[in-house]
Amino acid sequence: MPAMHVVVCVKQIPDPAEPGKLEGDNTLDRSGKLILDESDSYGVEMALQLVDKAGDGEVTLVSMAPNSETSGLRTALAMGAAKAILISDDALSGAGALDTAKVLAAAIEKAEPDLVLTATESSDGYTGTIPGQIAALLSLPSITFAKEVHVDGQTVNVQRQTEAGYDEVTCPLPAVVSVTAGVVEPRYPSFKGIMAAKSKPVEQLTVADLGIDAAQVGAAGAGQEIIAVEDASAREAGEIIEDDGEGYAKIVSFLDGLKVI
Amino acid sequence: MALNRIWVYAEAADGKVSPLTLELLTKARSLGGTVEAVYAGADVDAVASPLGAHGATKVHSTGDLGGALAGVPVASAIAKAITDGNGPDLLMFGTTYEGRDVAARLSVAVDKPVLTNNVEIELDGDAIVVTEPIFGGTKLVKTRFTDPGPHLALFRPKSFVAEESGGAAAEVASLEVTDAGTAKVTNRHVEEATGPKLDEANIVVSGGRGLGEAGKYEMIETLAKLLKAAPGASRAIVDAGWVPYSYQVGQTGKVVKPTVYIAAGISGATQHLVGMKGSKNIIAINKDREAPIFTVADLGIVGDVHKVLPKLIEALQAR
Repeated sequence: MPAMHVVVCVKQIPDPAEPGKLEGDNTLDRSGKLILDESDSYGVEMALQLVDKAGDGEVTLVSMAPNSETSGLRTALAMGAAKAILISDDALSGAGALDTAKVLAAAIEKAEPDLVLTATESSDGYTGTIPGQIAALLSLPSITFAKEVHVDGQTVNVQRQTEAGYDEVTCPLPAVVSVTAGVVEPRYPSFKGIMAAKSKPVEQLTVADLGIDAAQVGAAGAGQEIIAVEDASAREAGEIIEDDGEGYAKIVSFLDGLKVI
Repeated sequence: MALNRIWVYAEAADGKVSPLTLELLTKARSLGGTVEAVYAGADVDAVASPLGAHGATKVHSTGDLGGALAGVPVASAIAKAITDGNGPDLLMFGTTYEGRDVAARLSVAVDKPVLTNNVEIELDGDAIVVTEPIFGGTKLVKTRFTDPGPHLALFRPKSFVAEESGGAAAEVASLEVTDAGTAKVTNRHVEEATGPKLDEANIVVSGGRGLGEAGKYEMIETLAKLLKAAPGASRAIVDAGWVPYSYQVGQTGKVVKPTVYIAAGISGATQHLVGMKGSKNIIAINKDREAPIFTVADLGIVGDVHKVLPKLIEALQAR
């Protein structure tokens, strides 16, 4: 089998367990420690398994993050990815999904992969449009919402999630495939993996390095402007009781009151 | 800039137009201008009537895509119409598998941003403003398009209420596909589901990690059956493989707004709350008094699901 070179797009995000904060310009506060988006760990695992199966090849990570952040990348490198490309540039603050896709696509092009894997959406911005946008920018076919991925020569076969169940979908390589969470069980980095990750190469690039005009990306080029951020109306506080063995009866009478039983 | 013409990307399954499509057509009508639909499928004649009844005067049809995934061919067809000067000022898509694919491809083809996850759209003078909930729906972000159109926006299900306009069947016009795409469906699998559909059910009973193990999900199914409810799940137990993805309620997954939502052993991560906090009545059972699910619950039982659920099931069986 020929060598399999897979690029995985990974996002480094503020810890979703912490409450999110906005900056003065209404961009997400990304100043704290950033971690590997858990949704991306599935793509990393899938890529490692596909390379293993091919018997030869490697996994390259591509990420865009502020402040030359690499902590999330190190996690994915510790899982087994060979190297990373990180695009970090102040000009990208406020970049929309399309601009982000342009930056990622330019970096992916440099890596010349056989296959590009992404999550279906990030856990902070959750636009879900980047996989399709990257594919369109690179003129590649794309299959989104993959729950199984198999490479067979120059073809990728995917089980794609649908409303009713799943479809078997096939397309030629190279291609972009977005994978759902739960598609594989992401491995935990071993101690050896963590140590090795420290010295794996992370190529840091600016938008200029990718031949992209800084004025065309970031808040300036986004084609959109946030005009207000408001508090949503909160639900009225309900009745919270400790179960004393009769909690179920409270539920029955609540349902009774609604005339649904 | 004026909003003269709106296109709604219409989706249907087995000849039935999706509720989300009808919601978007209804909303589009309130924005003024002409409302039209775009449809990719062999059965355009069958869907022209319900589309028209919800306000679409015309349906631009690509015809059967021959098994191709919709993204490439539909985006190519809409892009051509736009390039030829026959396109809309605004395109509305549902947040669905196909809706996202087409919108993403189209945004590159016409080099325009696509604003996602919206729950509202309004005109502010000449500006088009969309609203997206963030941080688990605790904040609402209003964003204005600053470029000249066409504008692309994706909307979450159940953001609007579908109402008929009484319009006649939409006139069918053809939309030329210029790129058929190379991703093809070779086989379709329908997973048999019994009982009401998750996003249409009057009552939803969902289970989470608090159930402890996969086998205990049976309690959720039993309770759901007794209440004629749809069983649902948190992302945690879907990722753990206890139940299929189609059960998932949340940001990734289904948005539900039933009359009653019962969350059993679900802590209420932002990801989950986004998908269910619009429910009319919420009952939560969880061991941890501090669990975020209690911030949205109308009735909260701080207790062990393994004790509360069996008694609840027994009491309902006895009725």
